[in-house]
Amino acid sequence: MTPLHLAHHTVSCCAGDGLAPLRAALRNGSSGLRPHRIEGLGIDTWIGEVPGLDDTALTSVMAGFDCRNNRLARRGLAADGFEDAVRSRIARHGARRVGVVLGTSTSGILSTELAYRQRPPEGGPLPAGLNYPGTHSTYSLADFVRHWLAIEGPACVVSTACSSSAKAYATAARLIHAGLIDAAVVGGVDSLCFTTLHGFASLELTSAEPCRPYDAARSGISIGEAAAFGLLERTTDSLDADAVLLLGYGESSDAYHMSSPHPEGLGARMAMEGALARAGLSPADIDYINLHGTATHNNDAAEGCAVAGLFGSRVAASSTKGITGHTLGAAGALEISISAVAMADGLLPGSVHTRSPDPSIPIDYVLTSRGAPLRHVMSNSFGFGGSNCSVILGRAG
Amino acid sequence: MSTDMSLSAWIDGIGLLAPGLPDWTHGRAVLAGREPHVPAPTVLPAPMVLPANERRRASRVVRVALASGLAALEQAGLDPSSVAAVFAASTADGHNCHALCETLASSDQRVSPTRFHNSLHNTPAGYWSIATGAMAASQSLAAYDASFAAGLLEALVQIHATAAPCVLIAYDAEYPEPIASLRPIPDAAGIGLALSPQAGPRSVARVDIHLGDGPVTTLGTPSLETLRTTIPALRGLPLLQALASGSGGEFAVEYLSPLSLHIRLTPC
Repeated sequence: MTPLHLAHHTVSCCAGDGLAPLRAALRNGSSGLRPHRIEGLGIDTWIGEVPGLDDTALTSVMAGFDCRNNRLARRGLAADGFEDAVRSRIARHGARRVGVVLGTSTSGILSTELAYRQRPPEGGPLPAGLNYPGTHSTYSLADFVRHWLAIEGPACVVSTACSSSAKAYATAARLIHAGLIDAAVVGGVDSLCFTTLHGFASLELTSAEPCRPYDAARSGISIGEAAAFGLLERTTDSLDADAVLLLGYGESSDAYHMSSPHPEGLGARMAMEGALARAGLSPADIDYINLHGTATHNNDAAEGCAVAGLFGSRVAASSTKGITGHTLGAAGALEISISAVAMADGLLPGSVHTRSPDPSIPIDYVLTSRGAPLRHVMSNSFGFGGSNCSVILGRAG
Repeated sequence: MSTDMSLSAWIDGIGLLAPGLPDWTHGRAVLAGREPHVPAPTVLPAPMVLPANERRRASRVVRVALASGLAALEQAGLDPSSVAAVFAASTADGHNCHALCETLASSDQRVSPTRFHNSLHNTPAGYWSIATGAMAASQSLAAYDASFAAGLLEALVQIHATAAPCVLIAYDAEYPEPIASLRPIPDAAGIGLALSPQAGPRSVARVDIHLGDGPVTTLGTPSLETLRTTIPALRGLPLLQALASGSGGEFAVEYLSPLSLHIRLTPC
């Protein structure tokens, strides 16, 4: 495909607001995961929480969008000059020529979960003031961002569980390639809620310790929350060598099981092959893979099998979820940003909390961050429902 | 790039399930005005493509999505296992959402694993893939009341990107109370469109879309217009009415303000 320019990107997560703290965590191997302190949760687990969201309500004309997820979205947009970059594109192309494609799995469901707690035990209406389209609705995230930035172009939310915001990049790229828009605000926002905490616990997939991706003794995920945004547009002749390009994406379905990956990672392999084909690259061209690496037994075994089958043990690979936790619908965009940072900084990110990589997964797993020139990087994101997406970034020069 | 950039595809098959419109054959006659619209609850067939266990437990959104998509591909003569799919819905399974929120508000907050995976927006896409064996790309989108137009746009940009067929499956179903009071959707409904990059022997019409503004096209029959305005997936009914009439034409379906999605339909 014709490469696109990832002109700006930003992440706000448990490591901090903006790319600087994330960059530092990637370099020095620190983690934003902490034991949860949610009253009455009844689950022994660690989480990657963004502090201070409770005290930052959206007000006045944006009050209808006020919920944890949209507060986190606003926090993310404010970092790294991202909003200014978007506004410059609106000024250049017009509000209708900028699109919004964002991923989320649970949107503002926390607001409805809390509203149900205010109902009398025998049932009855929800408390007045719960705004369904502004909070609970799956689309509310893109609706909020479109209104916040005064964008008038096409928009949608991609909701394919943990591949959502990687697949948002694919849809945004298609809209630009089809000529419908000139720039896209792309990314994902997912925030902590009881549905995912109890849901993953019910599947015995939450770990009682900080997650240890690809460790022989891995025991499950640490749920995190994040806002990750990118500004995608066409390339120009004047890009400098360090500019980050979206070179390809690949999407596939497992056709296997709702909550377990195909055991040999067949769908994962198809997504990676699809991304390579679209980028016009071969496995030997990839210098680093940011793995989905959730730290569940099945995910890492299946993904590792697919990576080993396609790349052998030649390509350095790691999961960075030990820093950020698994941010679900935001994970794809967050890890595309990490891949872009790795390329810009010439850094192979280590796997925080992983002690001894699983010897049954024959890949070159990076435990400790180290410097390396990176020209092409791949980011994997796989979700429940068997939804897979792999994205390849490269340098302009 | 021109601002009136248009995208096109050929419609090779149509699936429809809606209140009083039990399938495309009957729905076409009603939409063309040859038969009256008699409002009746949507009949959702058991998804025979799923294994018996899954079939019994399949929710209303899964049933309506599978039935509308399979009907469209059957008419098109396309094998579901090889076709990319776009799922467009304003929300996930409303009944499951209510049950989950009740559990999470109770003293014992533990939920069942099935409830959890059925809470996903892409649950119908997951079951579709399991049922049909399709390993192709599948996208699950939401755009509130603009979900049909967002899905059609995604299907056409996918065809533009891949030059391969794609099935659009737009569906929605109701919430129970108390959420129904905040988001009243009266019943389940789905529209399936099998779309191809070039004309084939089964092609019914060519569809060209572009983004514009101006008012959306309404339906003359009050009961059909009510369906259009109350079930997000049925915002696409003007397209099906134009297909039913066989005469083609230009019209607009609801998208995101200030935009509407303009469609030109040219019968084959």
